[in-house]
Amino acid sequence: MSNALFAGVDVGSLSTDVVLIDSAGATRAEVVFPTGINGAEAAQKAYDLALEQGGISRDQIKAVIATGYGRAAVAFASGKTTEISCHGVGAHHLFPDTGTVIDIGGQDSKVIQVDGRGRMLDFSMNDKCAAGTGRFLEVMAAQLEMNLNELSDPRHVSGESVQISSTCTVFAESEVISLLAKHTPREQIINGLQRSIVNRIWSMVISIGIQGEITITGGVAKNKGLVTVLEEKLGMHLNVPDNPQTVGALGAAHIAQRGFKDE
Amino acid sequence: MRDVGAPALMSFRDLTRRKSRPVPEAFGPPLRSNKRLKEILGRHYFLSRYVPGAKKVAWVTSGAPVELLRAFDFYTIYPENHSALVGAKKNGAEYCSIAESDGFSQDLCSYARIDLGHMLSGKSPAGKLPRPDLLFCSNNICQTVIYWYKTIAHELNIPLIHFDAPFVSTKQSEADVRYMAQQLLDMIPILEQVSGNVFYLNDFETILSRSQETSQTWGTILQTMRAKPAPMTIFDAFGHLAPIVSLRGLPVAHDYYNILLEELEERVALGIGAITEERYRLIWDNIAVWYKVRFLATFFAERKMNFVTATYTNAWAETTCHLDVKDPWSSMAKTYGQIILNNNLKHRMGLMRDMIKNFEVDGMVMHSTRSCKPYSVGQFDLRRALGAELNLPAVIIDADIADERVWSEQQIQTRLEAFCETLEDAAHV
Repeated sequence: MSNALFAGVDVGSLSTDVVLIDSAGATRAEVVFPTGINGAEAAQKAYDLALEQGGISRDQIKAVIATGYGRAAVAFASGKTTEISCHGVGAHHLFPDTGTVIDIGGQDSKVIQVDGRGRMLDFSMNDKCAAGTGRFLEVMAAQLEMNLNELSDPRHVSGESVQISSTCTVFAESEVISLLAKHTPREQIINGLQRSIVNRIWSMVISIGIQGEITITGGVAKNKGLVTVLEEKLGMHLNVPDNPQTVGALGAAHIAQRGFKDE
Repeated sequence: MRDVGAPALMSFRDLTRRKSRPVPEAFGPPLRSNKRLKEILGRHYFLSRYVPGAKKVAWVTSGAPVELLRAFDFYTIYPENHSALVGAKKNGAEYCSIAESDGFSQDLCSYARIDLGHMLSGKSPAGKLPRPDLLFCSNNICQTVIYWYKTIAHELNIPLIHFDAPFVSTKQSEADVRYMAQQLLDMIPILEQVSGNVFYLNDFETILSRSQETSQTWGTILQTMRAKPAPMTIFDAFGHLAPIVSLRGLPVAHDYYNILLEELEERVALGIGAITEERYRLIWDNIAVWYKVRFLATFFAERKMNFVTATYTNAWAETTCHLDVKDPWSSMAKTYGQIILNNNLKHRMGLMRDMIKNFEVDGMVMHSTRSCKPYSVGQFDLRRALGAELNLPAVIIDADIADERVWSEQQIQTRLEAFCETLEDAAHV
């Protein structure tokens, strides 16, 4: 039992993440791999990379849980769970007092309420449009000729801001174009964009309610500017994991371990 | 109308029909009555082609007091039912696009867009619908029907009767009842003129009592689903709903529901369930997603979950207790004025609370539909209030009744799977 290992594979819209944990719950390998056009292949490659990284042989893995949009494509998985449950469990594992999880991924965003064991109680989800997601930020960064790291700089959100009124990615992009045409400083536009995303998340948070500590997960949690504005708006500190992108995969690995124990 | 020949002709169509798909293992044996239902609906649409010249045709909204029209022997067509049929055939987007290219907004109800698309193009999966001589609508289901029917009236230059049902904000007042009853009486001379038939109170009373009996039988049918396991799923009921909506007041609907009830009672007595294993019982809120009925039915059946009740199917059984042959006009005002979509949110909350308790429901799925705002507004509040009060896991999915372009399968599936995970977790606590 001691050398039993468990895997979580999160096939997201932008990245495929794999986390391997041992029976004590310690992370043994962690891989982030671009999903590209073939989720099944990306999952296989990311999994192989993770095994290689940890120096682990395939038969040591006792259970694999697949999650994310491409979860059905993971042929080697022993089970699948939605990323909503996985983010809850993963966030709980990293920050045990988590009661609310804000997950902002590549193509959707969610607010998840979890109980003392990390199990999902309720969730609210924006899956109808790209507003306030990783894709939204990518589109805006391209328009502003910046990379995501530059866009995420928390210094941009401290000064003046312009109003970006549209919540739709396409319309917001045209708003940004016209603001640039008016020579509005880029910092002010970025500030406006970050605030527009936060407003979008805020309405989801309100609909579900806040309980316990809040943990932010998903790739967008790396956006320090956004986290700053969100903390300001919520009036609360946010737990930010070191690797927010892999929290779903981590949760999946823990679910794999739990399921294995139950059997 | 005599229907000599029609059943024989229809049986030829069976020869060209594809073989039905095998039933997935998760389901129990299919209902025998399905075949009879198909015959009834097929015949209804088939005969409608030969109606012009023989009978006057009326197009009617689902919540309109159709019993009055039946007294004048109108052949009734329900555009909502027809649009649902188009939706179920996955042709909704095609018909909607026709209306959209004529200038109708994509935000307009898809039932209305499909119907307008049908009117503009003449297309129909039923072959052909008869041109109406009269339009009959009531705003007890929404305000859209008024403008939708006005458009048809304008286009075809035909009379439109609108039955105005004041919204029940707290309680239906005596004045409202009198106002509605008077409208019904005022319709009689117009209906006599359009139909060319004289109104006989005796005939009308017979129709009214038949309609009441039919609705009561429908109510009893829905009550059989309180049994564990439930003898049918709500997805079956969505199909079996058609006669009570569109053939209400006719002997064919009356007789059909007796057959269906008998079969369901037999299944309950034998312990035959709609799905092979019923672990969780659910409630559905709002109109069906017509182009995804099979997908949803299979999704839940495979997870051993069964929808045992719905506010939608209940709507045609809920208020008929008010019908009274001895006081036809006021009783119709009470029946049609207080239906769920014309009633306040507090009423809906109480109704759903009772349904959840009576049917021993474990979870709730709400369909927030782009088309039907009166039905979808308030769902977030209902969900929060009922969830907190009854500790009931719930999920809201965004979709549409008949426009399949609004459906995003991957995302809806994730939502529904997450809901199932919550339900299972809740059961393990």
